[in-house]
Amino acid sequence: MIYLDNAATTKTAPEVVEAMLPFFSENYGNASSIYTLGSVSKKAVNQARRTLADYLGAKPEEIYFTAGGSEADNWALKAAAEAYANKGKHIITTNIEHHAVLHTCEYLEKQGYEVTYVGVDENGIVKLQELEEAIRPDTILISVMYANNEIGTLQPIREIGQLAHERGILFHTDAVQAFGQLPINVDELHIDMLSASAHKVNGPKGVGCLYIRSGLKLRSFIHGGAQERSRRAGTENVPGIVGFGKAIERAVEIMPEKIRKETELRDYLIEQIYEKIPYCRLNGDRTRRLPGNVNFSIQFIEGESLLIMLDMKGICGSSGSACTSGSLDPSHVLLAIGLPHEIAHGSLRLTLSEENTREEMDTVVAAIGEIVERLRAMSQLYEDFVKKQNKC
Amino acid sequence: MYSEKVMDHFQNPRNVGEIENASGVGTVGNAKCGDIMRIFLDIDEDGIIRDVKFKTFGCGAAVATSSMATELVKGKSIQEALQVTNKAVMEALDGLPPVKVHCSLLAEEAIHAALWDYAEKNGITIEGLEKPKSDISEHEEKIEY
Repeated sequence: MIYLDNAATTKTAPEVVEAMLPFFSENYGNASSIYTLGSVSKKAVNQARRTLADYLGAKPEEIYFTAGGSEADNWALKAAAEAYANKGKHIITTNIEHHAVLHTCEYLEKQGYEVTYVGVDENGIVKLQELEEAIRPDTILISVMYANNEIGTLQPIREIGQLAHERGILFHTDAVQAFGQLPINVDELHIDMLSASAHKVNGPKGVGCLYIRSGLKLRSFIHGGAQERSRRAGTENVPGIVGFGKAIERAVEIMPEKIRKETELRDYLIEQIYEKIPYCRLNGDRTRRLPGNVNFSIQFIEGESLLIMLDMKGICGSSGSACTSGSLDPSHVLLAIGLPHEIAHGSLRLTLSEENTREEMDTVVAAIGEIVERLRAMSQLYEDFVKKQNKC
Repeated sequence: MYSEKVMDHFQNPRNVGEIENASGVGTVGNAKCGDIMRIFLDIDEDGIIRDVKFKTFGCGAAVATSSMATELVKGKSIQEALQVTNKAVMEALDGLPPVKVHCSLLAEEAIHAALWDYAEKNGITIEGLEKPKSDISEHEEKIEY
């Protein structure tokens, strides 16, 4: 099997699993309990909190564990909207955010908030001027993702953060795709809130965190016990949190080498696809993108068909095709960068890990080539295109 | 997610191709929802569908429903072909996921469009055949957040 869907989820690293195991078995104590067994759990949770804080250049008490990235996004947006409602009810975000942000914004619109969805350029980079012009006296929050999950584009986070802070507006970033992949410093980037998830970076599923800058008066998201400084009730997911901590410890250790390796492989894969597959285009910025992200639109074919055939060859990828999302519309991200519907339907996302090899890339490109040829032979869009070419 | 029959017809689609000087050609679909089907019919003087071919741009279900629809009308009379509904196509494929039902509607409509083209070319009326819609898109249920 060749796994090229690391933006969907990653393999839990063996050392992460190993670090988690004792917290299922002998160290099963509740972190809130007074006896020794409980304090072992508490210590482990706090150690993980410190690891995450160190990575972000934050204080441990600014890290709040959640059940994942979506919860962190929901919390950040809803709590900020509620807390600052007396200042204003206007929120700025972009039209390429993850649905965890977009659907939360839609929900807030129903609660009487106004949301401006700033556009992106053809490479998927947010239009800074449009964002600046969208700011109003009643703007309370700007939320822009760190890196896009589909096309990998890195956003000008520092500039946006600076802009927000100059105007006294809160700045949240959904960093699920970048967390543990790239160096992030919340002070340098002027970030007030940041969402992250463990399973995108070789940690376990079902755990994430929200960074909340100290001094922000955000309310509790889950009401109940006093866990997470009374802001997120519920007995801590100790094994998950321990795994998250270990995953980040590991990620920080291997980061420079991982970035170098993935970038090299990514560029090789892009070059090979361009060389071997006619009528395709790279989506997203050529260089300002996540080290492991490759996203192509392949004309005259549909993404789901391509994915099924790749799967039959043991290759795991993903697509922004409508057919893979359970709805009939293709990816909002691909439409936002200006792709027509039929081209957006033919997209292929391959996201790498440091474990992939150049040989695998060759195998994948050969497989794509064969499949594309087969699907095009079946496609009347291609037939019409060829006939038109022949007439010219 | 797909039945074995759907996977079989997707991996080994029957009747892929074109028919030159076909008796009737029908193209239906919608690039917006990502599926376009074209069906070619060769109909003899007795009104029997002697040959049928298709080309499809679309997902696994779109290819499989095209393939199954062509199998179901091959060798049939025009009236018999009209009875090949989307339900018949779905049943023959052992079902489709709910979000893919529109693919079977598209296949039914593509057959109708090809028959309509045949009728127009020959200046005849086919009983029970209404002018097909060229554009099929099922209204999705809008989820509120």
